[in-house]
Amino acid sequence: MQHYSMNLKLNVWRQKNSIDAGHFETYDVNDISSEMSFLEMIDVLNERMIAEGKSPIAFDHDCREGICGMCSMVIDGRPHGPWEGTTTCQLHMRAFKDGDVITVEPFRANAFPVVKDLMVNRGAFDRIIQAGGYVSVNTGNAVDGNSIPVEKDKADDAFAAASCIGCGACVAACKNASAMLFVSAKVSHLALLPQGEPEKRQRVKSMIAQMDKEGFGSCTNTYACEAECPKEISVLNIARLNREYLHSSLSGDFE
Amino acid sequence: MLDSKIPAGTLDDKWTKYKGSVKLVNPANKRKLEVIIVGTGLAGSSAAASLGEMGYKVKAFCFQDSPRRAHSIAAQGGINAAKNYQNDGDSVYRLFYDTIKGGDYRSREANVHRLAEVSTNIIDQCVAQGVPFAREYGGLLSNRSFGGTQVQRTFYAAGQTGQQLLIGAYQALERQVALGTVEMFARHEMVELVIIDGKARGIIARNLVTGELERHFAHAVLLCTGGYGNVFYLSTNAMGSNVTAAWKAHKKGAYFANPCFTQIHPTCIPVSGDHQSKLTLMSESLRNDGRIWVPVKQGDTRNPNDIPESERDYYLERRYPAFGNLVPRDVASRAAKERCDAGYGVGSSKQAVYLDYAAAIQRYGKAEVSKNNLGNISAEEITQLGRDVVKEKYGNLFTMYEKITGENPYNVPMRIYPAVHYTMGGLWVDYELKTTIDGLYALGEANFSDHGANRLGASALMQGLADGYFVIPYTLGNYLSDDIGTGLIPTDHPAFVEAEHTASERINKLMSIKGTKTVESFHKRLGKIIWNECGMARSEAGLKKAIKDLADLKQEFWSDVRIPGEINEMNPELDKAGRVADFIELGQLMCLDALERNESCGGHFREEYQTPDGEALRDDTNYMYVAAWENKPDGWNLHKENLVYEIVKPSQRSYK
Repeated sequence: MQHYSMNLKLNVWRQKNSIDAGHFETYDVNDISSEMSFLEMIDVLNERMIAEGKSPIAFDHDCREGICGMCSMVIDGRPHGPWEGTTTCQLHMRAFKDGDVITVEPFRANAFPVVKDLMVNRGAFDRIIQAGGYVSVNTGNAVDGNSIPVEKDKADDAFAAASCIGCGACVAACKNASAMLFVSAKVSHLALLPQGEPEKRQRVKSMIAQMDKEGFGSCTNTYACEAECPKEISVLNIARLNREYLHSSLSGDFE
Repeated sequence: MLDSKIPAGTLDDKWTKYKGSVKLVNPANKRKLEVIIVGTGLAGSSAAASLGEMGYKVKAFCFQDSPRRAHSIAAQGGINAAKNYQNDGDSVYRLFYDTIKGGDYRSREANVHRLAEVSTNIIDQCVAQGVPFAREYGGLLSNRSFGGTQVQRTFYAAGQTGQQLLIGAYQALERQVALGTVEMFARHEMVELVIIDGKARGIIARNLVTGELERHFAHAVLLCTGGYGNVFYLSTNAMGSNVTAAWKAHKKGAYFANPCFTQIHPTCIPVSGDHQSKLTLMSESLRNDGRIWVPVKQGDTRNPNDIPESERDYYLERRYPAFGNLVPRDVASRAAKERCDAGYGVGSSKQAVYLDYAAAIQRYGKAEVSKNNLGNISAEEITQLGRDVVKEKYGNLFTMYEKITGENPYNVPMRIYPAVHYTMGGLWVDYELKTTIDGLYALGEANFSDHGANRLGASALMQGLADGYFVIPYTLGNYLSDDIGTGLIPTDHPAFVEAEHTASERINKLMSIKGTKTVESFHKRLGKIIWNECGMARSEAGLKKAIKDLADLKQEFWSDVRIPGEINEMNPELDKAGRVADFIELGQLMCLDALERNESCGGHFREEYQTPDGEALRDDTNYMYVAAWENKPDGWNLHKENLVYEIVKPSQRSYK
């Protein structure tokens, strides 16, 4: 692959704290290698700003290998930027060309208040998990791991749902800021496995109730979430959640 | 004198006896006892969940925005357990033996045996939590092989095993948060340890959003803060991974053990330029099926696919026929370095070797043909079938490689090179995981105890969860049972005031330097010194030079670092400055430890001490001990814990 160097213009959202109104600032960044990751490009810009006595851009990031879910950012209108199935930290500058103007904003949703610049507070996701995103099993109570066989197809589907990294791109992509893809991935992961079966009715009700309480919007099936999900979580999980929710609501009347 | 408090009795009876006779805390008293847990990776989350379930009042801290982000999440390949589901001769003893041998006879027998014993419970626990491990068509759990073993005992979830295990532990933790037994403090960093009457009684934490310092009391403090690989600047660790909590404890009296035992992982994506901020691992599981080679000719610049079989040197298979591509990490890393240093490296930097999947793709393709009775199909179709199988096993790794390098590893061999990955050294702990400070414990990668001088693949996840789920729930009670009358110590106690003052003074000092060089630039320079002189090969002269260079670097840092922004706001540069300052001091200790250990063992390779064919040459007569360093105002004092091997007979490690 041919490497190249580029000069770019960045429009970046700057917001001092959660109270500040925030605004865009424009920066020139030159001599960026196509080999760099997007965050390494921002590292270069930040190093320069520190040298010039300016305030560097605050952004969330940690593993830089696409799995911790900490990095966020909306790049040119797309959560995690232009590459399909890719987190911001795995986006590389090969995606851009010399002279590009790139707009960088935080994930925007009422339930994700901005902490500073491009950082947001995603604590709402943790509280949704607290509402029921688990199997109620204490340490030390487990039977042998092979005592309950699990159909391979179901185990594979559960794994695919469980590969959600909790980054919040689905919320940022949704015009309603719905958290349905995130919630449905967890509901599916656990409902598909025999271990999660006993609690599945209560789980789906509690998690949906918490999602509503946090101020996430409703799902209107635009599927923008699936298109932007860096782990390509399927909207089939939303169908599965709806089915579980319906069962849960109906069964409540009879039991 | 260091007392490791190893229980009496035969090796396979020690843990059972310990559990049967350990002191307990009754449920009413547990509700009155508070425990602080710093770090929420596998060790921290599993400990917080388990202790919360038992009824203790737990406060958990992490610097990330959610406990689910801890770097355990990035572990790829798998977790070992002595289940023997494959009927291939595995047992608790064999896992114990492989781990001791893999660690080059520098770990503690009793701890490692306990680890092997509880390994099977971990798998059961994780399955019960809904961890979606890979399964066979019959619905049973699947296994694969990792380095340094000849059985298949590794459980996995594609290349995302750490993620799935951590999500399991995180969910168990969040369940306790909902039940009110665990209080979670995200975006908080421990900056001081509070000691009262010789016992750890709390921490000073910095709220990273507001910059405020907070005082938190507890009857005991657990450090589950991971390893210190980022001392090298470039490593496979997350950007925020740091040694600060452990280092603060060290400065307050906790001994630091075997700091020079660091693991360089053989299969990582090579450095592409000066802008590089971190390195990415390509899981060891890839060595199950991939073959590692370099060209037979030096400086061969041909496209790898144009180099015929006869002109390839599969050097691991050549040098180590019994284990082949699955030799332990330290051995594989040194072999790669040897080939590259000798001029056989590939790629633009010449600091890389090939990891090739072509043969595996053909083998799997043909197996699919046979399994599905496909008879008459083209070579292209066979290749495609093989690629599909490889994709199912390792798909996410192949995708990651392509995103980073821009090359498709299904078509051309991956280029890989060793990179810093794990640190076997850490806070010294006894059998109960207690440090040399009463009431202060260290779990997971933060302690030193189980992996000796080299960790085997898929054993870090095992150890983190063993410590958190199955060890600390027993050993902590043995300490806290004597503490039920202590009650709450108010945080206006002079020890809290003083600790907060120390933390605050240090932050003020950092901010007042207003120098000319960025934190990042110091971190890079630190990394270069450590990588060059205390990396894959070390020498007396190099280490002496590094110790001097680090002293200069430390002085320059404290007189010329530039930190923008304010104290009382979200200020990632200030957070980083504190961590880098601690890394510089740790680097000094690493080099001192490496200099003092006049032998080669595991990941510690002193050029002066090698066998005629370039293997690590141990000196069991003089160095069969744990080096536990005590911090003093003017340097460090060495304490030795002699390692006694009652069962395993140490020998020259051979994988030939």
